[in-house]
Amino acid sequence: MPTLRDAIRQRPVALLVALAVLGLLASLAFMTVGARGPWSFVLPFRGMKLAAMALVAYAIAVSTILFQTVTANRILTPSIMGLDTLYVLIQTSLVFLIGSGAAVALSPSTLFLTQVAAMIGFSGLLYMWLFSGRAQSLHLVVLIGLILGVLFRSLSNLMQRIMAPNEFAILQDRLFANFNTIDTDVLAVAALSVLAVSAYGWRKIRTFDVLLLGRDPAIALGVDYKATVSQILIVVAVLVSVSTALVGPTTFFGLLVASLAYRMTGSERHAFLLPVAALIAILLLVGGQLVLERVFAFDTALSIIIEFAGGIAFIFLILRGVSR
Amino acid sequence: MPFFALGLAVVLGLAAWSIFVGASDISLRSLWESGWHDTPVQVLVESRLPRTAALILAGSAMAVCGTILQMLVRNRFAEPSTVGTAEAAKLGFLIVLILVPDAPIFMRLAAAAAFALLVTLLFLRLLRQLSLQSPIIVPLVGILLGGVINAAATFLAYRFDLMQSLAAWSSGDFSMILRGRYELLWLAFALTLVAYVFADRFSVAGLGEDFTTNLGLNYRRVVALGLGIVSIVTAVVIVTVGMIPFLGLVVPNLVSLALGDNVRRALPWVALLGAGLVLACDIAGRIVNAPYEIPVGTMLGVIASALFLYLLLRKHAHLT
Repeated sequence: MPTLRDAIRQRPVALLVALAVLGLLASLAFMTVGARGPWSFVLPFRGMKLAAMALVAYAIAVSTILFQTVTANRILTPSIMGLDTLYVLIQTSLVFLIGSGAAVALSPSTLFLTQVAAMIGFSGLLYMWLFSGRAQSLHLVVLIGLILGVLFRSLSNLMQRIMAPNEFAILQDRLFANFNTIDTDVLAVAALSVLAVSAYGWRKIRTFDVLLLGRDPAIALGVDYKATVSQILIVVAVLVSVSTALVGPTTFFGLLVASLAYRMTGSERHAFLLPVAALIAILLLVGGQLVLERVFAFDTALSIIIEFAGGIAFIFLILRGVSR
Repeated sequence: MPFFALGLAVVLGLAAWSIFVGASDISLRSLWESGWHDTPVQVLVESRLPRTAALILAGSAMAVCGTILQMLVRNRFAEPSTVGTAEAAKLGFLIVLILVPDAPIFMRLAAAAAFALLVTLLFLRLLRQLSLQSPIIVPLVGILLGGVINAAATFLAYRFDLMQSLAAWSSGDFSMILRGRYELLWLAFALTLVAYVFADRFSVAGLGEDFTTNLGLNYRRVVALGLGIVSIVTAVVIVTVGMIPFLGLVVPNLVSLALGDNVRRALPWVALLGAGLVLACDIAGRIVNAPYEIPVGTMLGVIASALFLYLLLRKHAHLT
């Protein structure tokens, strides 16, 4: 008997269309439900918020799936490996070292690009160090990633404590946006960066599929393995920087989205997988925010709920992997 | 033994230093000139002495807790924040605070410790049933479970406007310690002594239920005693100074690197090193950015997680 999943697998376009329609409906509702005050204020205000959320959702979904392709497993994600907190650490160190005055004097785009460059460098080093040939246990790698996250967070905390309070306020204000106070410049830079890496990645999308076969088969099929892996890592570093710059670290959202996308599609074709994951992410983020904000009047609870559900899902994934 | 005396001297030296470091300048001279009363003496008696005592008590108690857990679970990476105990204690305090807002401190403590004990027992039973061999699984799943409990606690705290309490429990900070606000830690100290007396039984219990019973010990009672001590001490430390992350993991491992695994020989060293490390971090936190303070939780968060990484990477050959 054909199940829903079989039906989906036979007609991938239908799934994409359905998700896109749901996402659009959620966005429409988000723009209009419970609006008080003139539309000339509500629409631009919520529009910015929506754009930022869509950007974050897209960045997290795509970076997670690409990262899992490179590391050849479905448990590791950039945020679990501490890349989000690494971005915060780089950000804090920058202000700590050059002072908030100099940091403010730079334009937001220069600042952002400097951070992205540092992020690419450090995450490349981190990756080389973690996966340098030796076959290590996956669980050890995950644990090391989690502890690295703690270390990066503690180091940032330490520097933020030592900073003068007004320097810290500037850091907070300038570098950590949230959905309610989004800087147009930062949003524009973020959108352009995402667009650039997406255009670049789209041309290579079939190569990503080949990578899933494993290192040796991919090389045998003529893929320049090292170059492709480095390129993917650069794309991941840029996307993680964008999402962290806009909302701060998220631990499990990427994992939830990627797992859902794999289950729904049952596909290993990136050209299908990536859009599905991005749409699921947008739907979850916009829909979740809509429900919590407008229906339950909880503003900041979404991240907590994601942390809760994502943590449980992750424990489940690990224990299931172990018991096999 | 001479080495231990040396270590003790170092910790006592740190304690003396801790008494004379801080925003308010007190020294033997200012004490003498004020004729042993007035402000300097007040600062000494009301703040510095209690703070130093609290540092020593909390540091040694948390380190010993880590050792007990590592023996009972037979896992080098067990400690209150890697088996769910610490987060469960926080959630326990929160629930009591919401349900019975004006409960006396001992009732709150008892409820939080009981809840922590329950969660730890369930967690360990779950792991045992899955019969997991990899030593990495305990800290990995434990830390994740802690995150899930923490999310639940954050949600409750957010809902009931208790975020401030939760933040205070989550990050170790001794700057608020005054006379009258740390004495519960002596209870933790007493329990640490009990743990020393029973140390051998805990290591026997770590060898399994059958083995323990063969030696004529009541397995369940020994495990309950050990986990009970750990839960109460963790709850006490959390409610008086806040969570001190990974201390119970790092200290016993460093001691066993140096001394091997003889628990009775190691425990005094563990207590000493735990106290010394927390003292040193607190003093550094008071000096680095004087006159402002950096909480112990932040300083130790950096040092202890770096040491944890070192232990993981150093050991990785044995772990995979």
